[in-house]
Amino acid sequence: MPQRKPQRKPSRSKSPGSGPSRIILGTRKGTIILERGRTGWKAGKLAHGGVAVSYAARDERTGTWWAALEHGHWGPKLSRSADGEKWEDAPQIKYPEGTCYIDGYLNDDGSAAGVEAAMASAKPLRPKLVKASLKKIWYLGFGASDQPGRICAGTMPGGVFVSNDNGDTFELNMPLWNHSSRGGDLSQGECLGAKTFWFGGGAGVNGEHTPGVHSIFFDPRNSRRWFVALSCAGVLETSDDGKTWQGRNKGLLATFLPKPDVEWGHDPHYVMLSKNAPDHVWMQNHCGIFYSADGAQSWKMVSKEGRTAHFGFPVAADENDGKTAWVVPGIADDKRMAVGGALCVAHTQDGGKTWEELRKGLPQENAFDVVYRHALDIKGDALAFGSTTGNVYFSANRGKDWISLGYNFPPVYSVRFA
Amino acid sequence: MARVAFARHLYRFFPALEGREIRVKAATVAQAVAELERQFPGLAFYLVDEQGKLRQHVNIFIEEELVVDREGLSDSIQPEARLYVMQALSGG
Repeated sequence: MPQRKPQRKPSRSKSPGSGPSRIILGTRKGTIILERGRTGWKAGKLAHGGVAVSYAARDERTGTWWAALEHGHWGPKLSRSADGEKWEDAPQIKYPEGTCYIDGYLNDDGSAAGVEAAMASAKPLRPKLVKASLKKIWYLGFGASDQPGRICAGTMPGGVFVSNDNGDTFELNMPLWNHSSRGGDLSQGECLGAKTFWFGGGAGVNGEHTPGVHSIFFDPRNSRRWFVALSCAGVLETSDDGKTWQGRNKGLLATFLPKPDVEWGHDPHYVMLSKNAPDHVWMQNHCGIFYSADGAQSWKMVSKEGRTAHFGFPVAADENDGKTAWVVPGIADDKRMAVGGALCVAHTQDGGKTWEELRKGLPQENAFDVVYRHALDIKGDALAFGSTTGNVYFSANRGKDWISLGYNFPPVYSVRFA
Repeated sequence: MARVAFARHLYRFFPALEGREIRVKAATVAQAVAELERQFPGLAFYLVDEQGKLRQHVNIFIEEELVVDREGLSDSIQPEARLYVMQALSGG
């Protein structure tokens, strides 16, 4: 039988040290803002009660709070709030008429073609084109300081919607949507011969799987240069503010494919660069942890299968020291549980050569927590994460000590300091 | 004009729907949805996706009949018909 959890003080705990005073959670049952007062952290009133919130964050530039909702019946919606209390539907993100993507291939009679048969045929591939409709808003990236109105939304099916007016209007980035790696421009005709290298991906609330954009990050030195990461495709970079895109997957390994060092088909789970050392980029990938010291131009695997730090979803890069990062390990495909029934955060200070396991304050038995890709955040020396079993933990001292902010939250999808 | 009744769940997001008889002048379900959007901005995107397709877990009935054309909503509506916008019971 599972033992009692180590503390029983949900949503109120003493917090050592200083640091951020607010955290916003996106959960299976709504949006929750935690605030730190004199007596510790306290959970505020639930917003969007009963609605799955795939991502929630506050735009520091404007003070606007954002939540990406996944209604079970009524579809994905973007919600915003000026004060974190009163929320309203924002102008909604919609794929333009005529946008479609490849979802398999067809025989001449319209029946579904097996991939092998389709590839072996001497005839050009006949793609099955599906009209795009919004399945999920997976991530919101807020632009650089010289782009005050810039908000980018990563979506399923894999797209990036860009706003330059603080979210009043969003426009699908067509060069990425029409990228050659997913078959090019599919808006005209049957597109015979078009082939996509994007596949798999996360699930929408209704269980549909399509490739999706879950990471968007900007080069703080040059806001025209930014990156996106998709499951499953890989990382792409633009250096001309979204007009053209180049793959940045050199050194990545997709060990679930016959040829792991492919150009496309990688499964980055989350990618983050060091804010003040932006050539240092970290990736928690399905196949391990990867690190780049040259601005994502090349990657190196810095974890080993069988070690604690290897599989997982989130990664947090130190703001100043590019060689320092944190991950929350889990057991891969067959289980998706905490490693050894014990929750830990793994930490490197040498670019992934060595990993230290940080466990103080975290349950070390009967723990089943998995931490999703957006459910770990960092701000200064503070770290916070939330798990699928509704536990939220906070550290004021770079992960050395952890305190619980509550054990009975809904499954947590995102954790962001606000 | 056709009369439209809604699942109570929608009152939470569109309080103006509650306690009123909603009427639309429409010859098809698609036209009815467009008219509802005109009267209640934002409502259509709760019922259909951006391609105009009825959402997977939403049902619209004309009298007691479930609409047949979920893609284009071309089902015709008699002038005094009753429409029901319901949550689909897709689970157990």
